[in-house]
Amino acid sequence: MTPVLEARDITRDYHVPGSLFKKSRTVHAVKGVSFSVGEGKTLAIVGESGCGKSTLARIVTMIDPATSGDLLIDGRRIDIATEPLTADMRSKVQIVFQNPYGSLNPRRKIGEILTEPLIINAKMRADEREARAMAMLKKVGLEEKHYGRYPHMFSGGQRQRVAIARALMLNPRLLVLDEPVSALDLSVQAQVLNLLADLQSEFQLTYVFISHDLSVVRHIADDVMVMYFGEAVEYGSRDAVFNDPQHSYTRTLFAATPRVDIEAIRARLARKSAAASGASAPAAL
Amino acid sequence: MSTVTTQTGHPSALAEFWYYFSRNKGAVIGLAVFLLVLFVAVFAPLVAPHGPTEQLRDKLLLPPAWMEGGEASYLLGTDAVGRDILSRLIYGSRFSLFIGLVVVTLSVISGVLIGLVAGYFRGRVDTFIMRIMDIILAFPSLLLALVLVAVLGPGLLNAMIAISLVNQPHFVRLTRAAVMAEKSKDYVVGSRVAGAGTFRLMFLTILPNCLAPLIVQATLAFSAAILDAAALGFLGMGAQPPTPEWGTMLAEAREFIQRAWWVVTFPGLAILVTVLAINLMGDGLRDALDPKLKRS
Repeated sequence: MTPVLEARDITRDYHVPGSLFKKSRTVHAVKGVSFSVGEGKTLAIVGESGCGKSTLARIVTMIDPATSGDLLIDGRRIDIATEPLTADMRSKVQIVFQNPYGSLNPRRKIGEILTEPLIINAKMRADEREARAMAMLKKVGLEEKHYGRYPHMFSGGQRQRVAIARALMLNPRLLVLDEPVSALDLSVQAQVLNLLADLQSEFQLTYVFISHDLSVVRHIADDVMVMYFGEAVEYGSRDAVFNDPQHSYTRTLFAATPRVDIEAIRARLARKSAAASGASAPAAL
Repeated sequence: MSTVTTQTGHPSALAEFWYYFSRNKGAVIGLAVFLLVLFVAVFAPLVAPHGPTEQLRDKLLLPPAWMEGGEASYLLGTDAVGRDILSRLIYGSRFSLFIGLVVVTLSVISGVLIGLVAGYFRGRVDTFIMRIMDIILAFPSLLLALVLVAVLGPGLLNAMIAISLVNQPHFVRLTRAAVMAEKSKDYVVGSRVAGAGTFRLMFLTILPNCLAPLIVQATLAFSAAILDAAALGFLGMGAQPPTPEWGTMLAEAREFIQRAWWVVTFPGLAILVTVLAINLMGDGLRDALDPKLKRS
């Protein structure tokens, strides 16, 4: 079976033009990354800020072209630098952004936001479009009365639901989620993650999930890729990466994650009180 | 319950606009004065007691009605050739509003289009456009308008073209800045991922989000246009006599400033009040349209 998304040796360089006092230089944002995601699977891309995660997301979503390397979607090679995208290919990959406050057009009603992809890409009657948008609105856990409202009337979690609904309007095969829950608070994070899981099983969606939050990744991912300064330093199944990290950066990353289970908190408090009593003991003497 | 839900629905955009606009008392007063001027301009033949060019040779420089020697039918007196000043002011409001409207329309349309292109495409197009705008802005605006009118020939239409050209760089810069800020936002990228083309992105996605500062600037340009047209008229380069344009009226009355103050004062007051009203209104519009000032 051909994977929905396959990337072979993707690189992306940014050329920084020089000025009178500086030489021009080239920044290698992504250095030869390869991966593939099968249908209905989730690939999580993890790494610190500035490691090339979002650049990779833009390449996969066909917003920016890759400098070199092959991007295959459903086995078909895509190169937006040389040929324009067809509506068919474009609708196969959609994106959900990190910031739900910037990703919805503040001047458009929710209904207009949802039907816009259909107006552009599909020949459909207006009432048919509206019915599709209504159905999608309900799928993501919103109500029909929200159809005529503006984005500023919604909370962050609701907006992210709208953003997910918009991405799904074209029935994509692949959804790129660029830190979709990191701007939301914890309880809402869980709701949105559950929604994403439900939608994945319902539509057989393939996710590329970009995150820096390891607990979220452990919850949702099938495969994990760890990026560090534009390189994929670790790539494997979730269990393999979490249980037996090979690269030193991955281990550092896992060690840096705050542990919030009861045992860890008790141990930390015990260490703290021990240190405190140790420090105050000489004074008592 | 059903009635309650329908009532708590989203208030119409107009109602919301009025809510924020009406909190600014000055803006409401400005709007009232502007509507009054608009009414007078539209119904000038009905409102004005006399014709604007009707001369009464036996009643030259008649003082206002409340002064000694004044007549009730010439409320604000007459000018040096015996024309009723009030009627001329009333007819003159037509010219002022017309000038404002034409100038703002011309400069907004051209300025927004050019600014949109500059802000959207950036690069060399942007540099080229913005340097030209910098050159226009470097001239004192009235001087440039004067030069343009001198080249095109004096007259109201040429004055309006000149003033719109002088006003237009402000709209270009404003639009460009707003477009650049909006273009990098996620919703624009999202629209692009959904397949929106250049025109759709420019005019349907980005432009509506840049409108608030443009509307405010347009009202301010409206009053600036009236002022500039009056200044050009005063210098003899705008509307030509006997057109009852306010600036031209001022110019004609210049020599009587010592003998008959009312000939100079009332056209000046008319300009002042109209411009002030429009500026106040523009202030209120900014309050109502700028989302950052809203407490939603």
